[in-house]
Amino acid sequence: MSALTALNSMNRRGFLRAGLAGATGLVVGTYLPGRADAFPMTSAEPEALNAWIHISPDDVVTIICDKSEMGQGILTSMTMLAADELDCDWSRVRWEFALAEPVYANPAFHAQGTAGSSSTRACYEPMRRAGATARAILVQAAAQRWSVEPSECRTANGKVLHPASNRSFKYGDLAVSASKLPQPQDVQLKDPSQFNLIGKPTKRLDTPIKVDGTAQFGIDVRRPGMVYATITRCPVFGGKAASFDATKAKAIPGVIDVIQISSGVAVIASDTWTAFQGKGALEIRWDEGAGSNLTSENIMQSFAQQAAGPTPIARKDGNGVAGLESATQKLEAVYEAPYLAHSPMEPMNCTAEVHSDGAEIWAATQMQTAAQAAAAKILGVKPDAIILHTPFLGGGFGRRGSVDYVSDAVQVSKAIGKPVKLTWTREEDTQHSVYRPMSYCKFVAGLDAQGKPTAFTAAVACQSLSKVSFGVAKDNLDPQSVEGVADIEYDIPNIQINYALTENVVPVSFWRSVGYSQNGFFSECFVDELAAAAKEDPYQFRRRLLAKSPRRLGVLNLAAEKAGWATTLPEGRFRGIAVLNPFQSYNAQVVEVSVNRNAKTYRVHRVVMAMDCGRNVNPSTIEAQMQGSVVWAMSMLKNVITIDKGRVVQSNFNDYPVARINETPKIEVYIVPSTEKPTGVGEPGVPCLAPAVCNAIFQATGKRIRRLPIRPEDLA
Amino acid sequence: MAVKFTLNGRSETVDVSPGMPLLWVLRDTLGMTGTKFGCGMALCGACTVHVDGMPVRSCITPISSVSGKRITTIEGLSPDRSHPVQRAWMDVDVPQCGYCQSGQIMSAAALLAKMPNPNDDEIDAAMAGNICRCGTYVRIREAIHHAARMQMGANQGAAQEIQPAGKPVASGGGAS
Repeated sequence: MSALTALNSMNRRGFLRAGLAGATGLVVGTYLPGRADAFPMTSAEPEALNAWIHISPDDVVTIICDKSEMGQGILTSMTMLAADELDCDWSRVRWEFALAEPVYANPAFHAQGTAGSSSTRACYEPMRRAGATARAILVQAAAQRWSVEPSECRTANGKVLHPASNRSFKYGDLAVSASKLPQPQDVQLKDPSQFNLIGKPTKRLDTPIKVDGTAQFGIDVRRPGMVYATITRCPVFGGKAASFDATKAKAIPGVIDVIQISSGVAVIASDTWTAFQGKGALEIRWDEGAGSNLTSENIMQSFAQQAAGPTPIARKDGNGVAGLESATQKLEAVYEAPYLAHSPMEPMNCTAEVHSDGAEIWAATQMQTAAQAAAAKILGVKPDAIILHTPFLGGGFGRRGSVDYVSDAVQVSKAIGKPVKLTWTREEDTQHSVYRPMSYCKFVAGLDAQGKPTAFTAAVACQSLSKVSFGVAKDNLDPQSVEGVADIEYDIPNIQINYALTENVVPVSFWRSVGYSQNGFFSECFVDELAAAAKEDPYQFRRRLLAKSPRRLGVLNLAAEKAGWATTLPEGRFRGIAVLNPFQSYNAQVVEVSVNRNAKTYRVHRVVMAMDCGRNVNPSTIEAQMQGSVVWAMSMLKNVITIDKGRVVQSNFNDYPVARINETPKIEVYIVPSTEKPTGVGEPGVPCLAPAVCNAIFQATGKRIRRLPIRPEDLA
Repeated sequence: MAVKFTLNGRSETVDVSPGMPLLWVLRDTLGMTGTKFGCGMALCGACTVHVDGMPVRSCITPISSVSGKRITTIEGLSPDRSHPVQRAWMDVDVPQCGYCQSGQIMSAAALLAKMPNPNDDEIDAAMAGNICRCGTYVRIREAIHHAARMQMGANQGAAQEIQPAGKPVASGGGAS
């Protein structure tokens, strides 16, 4: 295990620095994660048993969370994994967020970060191993003190016990001696039957501080002598400021300075609001560059042209497209999805304090390693000269995987020589996000005389996240651009999926559920078209084609059963169904909608979801993530980022109207009991909703919706 | 311009530009960061506070307009998370990222102050101004019902034992 190697090679004091400065403020002063009444506090010097487990002599266990908590409940899940194996007293557990350190690299992608619903999948074992390793050296320390064999000892509730002599030590009593022992190798992990915490619905550790305003988000960081700033980027992607006149901005009392940095023009002021006022008064002449003639329409047209040309093959089963020749019935359909913004509730912000040999940074980021590297590059120092704190994230959804806002703050702090908190306006966030890629997909499929699909082909065109984010797309392919189409599990003998890698200046990135967000809509709507062409019930049609995919079939059947698929709905209600396997989890949804064809409106009344994410770590979190995923996807049905003249038309929640409580359907979540390896839950609940709703609307109107967002004319 | 008001029960005076929104006075001038910036246009509700008991979007409320008024923020809703809405939020484990929750809680507290036992439609109508991008709306509804029951139970002298909201935290459905 890479984590174990790191565990042995890293200096123990290093663990302490990494953990302590992360959240308690013992090092940094202002950044307090919680209050004493919600949170066991310790005044004693904690001892690092490894990079994740610190125990202080007053018997408080501190577990370090190296993941970004952006709402997905990972702080609680990671802490549960370690605490269960440690056998500690859950009520005596406190937590801290890790600093950016190599030891905390996510095994899923070898950098410190939180993305791709990977945390539980990748860290289920490493976090348990951290707890089990600490437990093992505590046992060893106790056994030495008693002069007995470690095998005679057991642990429970924060104590090492020696049943034969009826003696015990609290973990706190052993912390100092245990911290001096060598790290044991090959510790035994618990059999799942011995779990005390894993699998039990567990309250989130961060709820108390999120109901009284004390949780510290990135935007809440305050530093002595800090000034405030905001940024204006060129409205046209790829453009830059040619010149600016700051006279009016500087005339506003409280505006301290206006400077140009690589991303645009920054206003520095005595408070955020004054910085925003200064931004409004700026006169900037932009060099718009070549992007100024881009529109959503001409981008989509270019995608369609590229998809029609020769393109690499992402998947080929059987004879691929040649399999279409034997079909008795052929179906063709073009699907489209727009650019989308993440719009997390906390606008982008970062606090940076640049000093002569490095910087201290507070950034609500999903990518610590990238943030650290970006800052180091700007300052011409090594990454370890950057102390990076990760406070709570006010939503991430992939947006905070990009570190543009970190770069802004570091540049400004460097230029003015002061600590600065740089905050984007909501408008800046909407118009300079890194968007869910716009996408085009043309399907052609064939059915035989019995209505059985004989061939399924698709040509997908969109920008490549791999190319944009990492600079590589091997063979011009990118699995994330075609996931949701290329990984269909339907039993069809001939399958061919082609991918056209397109490029333009609109910035794109990972957006909750990534390629599945659009491709899941495409494929599960088109499969519904095939079912209709085969004159078969859409649930039974899928069921038949998934006979060889037990887990996908399992969630499909469960959702259909719990939704009462075969039962009659009240007048005016219609059902739709979809099933996908995003991020190695399995998800199916059955929805009930009504359509008012005169008013050209629809309503989603009920969503019944089945989720198979392997072994459950915290069922309460799984349920919450599934409910939230449905709401997220409700926004996807109506949101669009439109490009016109190279710039984003939308600006704030008035014209980018995300889902509100009054649109939220009844949501029923059924979690499949499983002993399979746990997989992630942050994203997999998103993709099925859109196709299920559009398939239900088809039942109501007889019209297919092949492009998102849903428009009034689609409902007539 | 000096503006005097009552903040969470204490008298407060600030000397700032009269047009400065209450949100930024709270956050940047007074360092009270529990109230959040979300949109700056009263579209999302993250900045909701009470002014003389009414829910108000502090991001568009000029400081000059609250002169002499009584302001309550999330920090002042209770000294110890004991307000029924806060207790319900903890019982139901509502927050995800938590960024919008100060505003959600302030809106919910204002709703229950004037409507002790709202139904789902009334909850939706009162809470539709508060966006939660994580999508905690299902649990918000559940928590408001739970808070209403606790509040009514308390008003009846706690004559009967208060039942927790519908189910314990996340029975999750649990496929049978």
